Amino acid sequence: MLSEGSSFLKGMVLGGVFCLILSLLGTFSPGITSQTEQHLHHHLKPLSKEELQKLSENQMSEVTQQVQVYCVIMVTPKILVYWATANDTWSKHCDRSVFYSSESAKALEAVDLQEQDEWARLRKALLHAYENAGGLRWFFIARPTTFAIIENLKYLVLVKDPSEPFYIGHVQKSGELEYVEYESGIVLSYEALKRLVGMFKDESKCPERAHALWKVSEEKQLATCLKYSGVFAENGEDAQGKELFNKKTVGMLISDSMVQNPNDVVEACCSDMAITFSGMNPSQMQVMMYGVYRLRPYGHNFHDSLTFLPPKGSDND
Amino acid sequence: MGQRLFICGVFLGFSLVLQFLKTGFQIVGEDQNGVYTGYNVSAWRTDNLAKQLSRKVRVLCWVMTAPQYLKTRTQHVRATWAQHCNAVLYMSSETSDFPTVGLNVSEGRDQLYWKTIRALQYIHTHHLHTADWFLKADDDTFVVMENLRRFLCRQDTEQPVYFGHRFRVFIKQGYMSGGAGYVLSREALRRFIQGFSSGRCTHTSSVEDLALGQCMETMGVKAGDSRDEEQREAFNPFRPDQHLLNPGTKKPTFEYSYYPKIRGPGCCSDFAISFHYIRPEQMYELQYYTYHLHPFGYKYRFNPADTLNCTADYSHS
Repeated sequence: MLSEGSSFLKGMVLGGVFCLILSLLGTFSPGITSQTEQHLHHHLKPLSKEELQKLSENQMSEVTQQVQVYCVIMVTPKILVYWATANDTWSKHCDRSVFYSSESAKALEAVDLQEQDEWARLRKALLHAYENAGGLRWFFIARPTTFAIIENLKYLVLVKDPSEPFYIGHVQKSGELEYVEYESGIVLSYEALKRLVGMFKDESKCPERAHALWKVSEEKQLATCLKYSGVFAENGEDAQGKELFNKKTVGMLISDSMVQNPNDVVEACCSDMAITFSGMNPSQMQVMMYGVYRLRPYGHNFHDSLTFLPPKGSDND
Repeated sequence: MGQRLFICGVFLGFSLVLQFLKTGFQIVGEDQNGVYTGYNVSAWRTDNLAKQLSRKVRVLCWVMTAPQYLKTRTQHVRATWAQHCNAVLYMSSETSDFPTVGLNVSEGRDQLYWKTIRALQYIHTHHLHTADWFLKADDDTFVVMENLRRFLCRQDTEQPVYFGHRFRVFIKQGYMSGGAGYVLSREALRRFIQGFSSGRCTHTSSVEDLALGQCMETMGVKAGDSRDEEQREAFNPFRPDQHLLNPGTKKPTFEYSYYPKIRGPGCCSDFAISFHYIRPEQMYELQYYTYHLHPFGYKYRFNPADTLNCTADYSHS
């Protein structure tokens, strides 16, 4: 009897161990690898209208206070006109916008990082932003040709707690590494930035200068450093799964849609609450200000449950 | 017996561990997961006022086109702004299943005024009471019908008046740009037809907007002012970038305007009615900016009262 029982138990143990080994090898995953945790966190969507309406007045005003964005905009003197345009357009909607440049130049109002290397420059910019954050708890990193609708960014992170680590944008995968695409904009919560800055001190895991024979892009280096500090990339999307962070212009996305969805071009193209478009030239940015913040059909109304006021001293929005 | 027990044990152990791993992480996952209701994001937007206005102010749109443009241009008009008209007619030299109305003319720039004359005769014969107002547009004009209705609501269709982007040259009271679109009151349409049947109006030139303007003046139809409360133009004879940028265009007709010409953001009303020289990709782009892309919670600077009370004085409301 005992020997039968013990052989049963041995069988159980063996079966259990076998199962564990198989799953760890990843050849079959009943949803147990760390990918699951990441996957469930992977798609970040905004609050639904119903959820928004449940918030009280106090919660609303608290939330409006909390969701303030510090924009980190990377520029170079060679493309001064991009600095001027970003300065005159979308960046006015950030609670604070700071331009970071590779070198100083006349007429360019930016923090001169005196750094040509892209990754080192990004590190310095983020360190500066962290040290000068004031009370701001969300950080948005943009390239010179990116246009961001900050109000929609705020909507996305509206009740997310910035003392939790968030690293949001359009997520791409390179081997095992999931990273946020630089071109379409990167969002970091205060906690994520704090951990990143802490990780900067670790030269082995997060080196300032790449030691490898080949250069790893800044976006991947950023993702690696964040990953070591327990921060994982999340893809920003709307309730229908449409991308909020785009590395193309509206025009390019529409052209793609005209080919792929000729019967439903606009519906299939882009999100109503898109946050970024990129690859835009200065003229396109000026037109976008009008298209986003002014042009609209009379008699269509929004009940957004929250109000963001237009910036002071601006005439193009 | 022992062997069977052993094998059972293996299976049991395997499935127990499997279950544990699966459900364990799922529980964790659900807590961290938000609630995705999957509702339609554009449900934030209500258009009741626009719909009511559409019943109150009926507009028949007629689009000047030609057989060779149906696939390349007109189908995109049909897919976008034409859907917002109360009625739409596509005027061409040939009848087709598009559907187009075949007018008794041939194609070509020198035939344009003949086309206009025949089109208006057709509308007068068949559609005088289909609508309250009659809008002409080209197949490269983009129109925001809701904004047209907002303006027309305060006008009287039994008065001899027409509206559009007013030019000051060549005709004493000025005339309306054809490309930006012009809209006739019912009385204006009657008078145009009377003009031709009485011989007071003839085919004076092939420049259709100028020639129509001459007939309007002859028949005592007033060239009206369609600027908004801030004196910004609503009908625009060029593309948005050409108006919004400074300089946006060097075209001489830019200087024809009756009212002081403004380059830059002051050029165009938030409630713009039309733009011209719009290629298909841009039609969809403008459709996206107008009806879809929205900055969450943004309080527009220009906020005239929402009202169906169209008797309010336009210049002061």
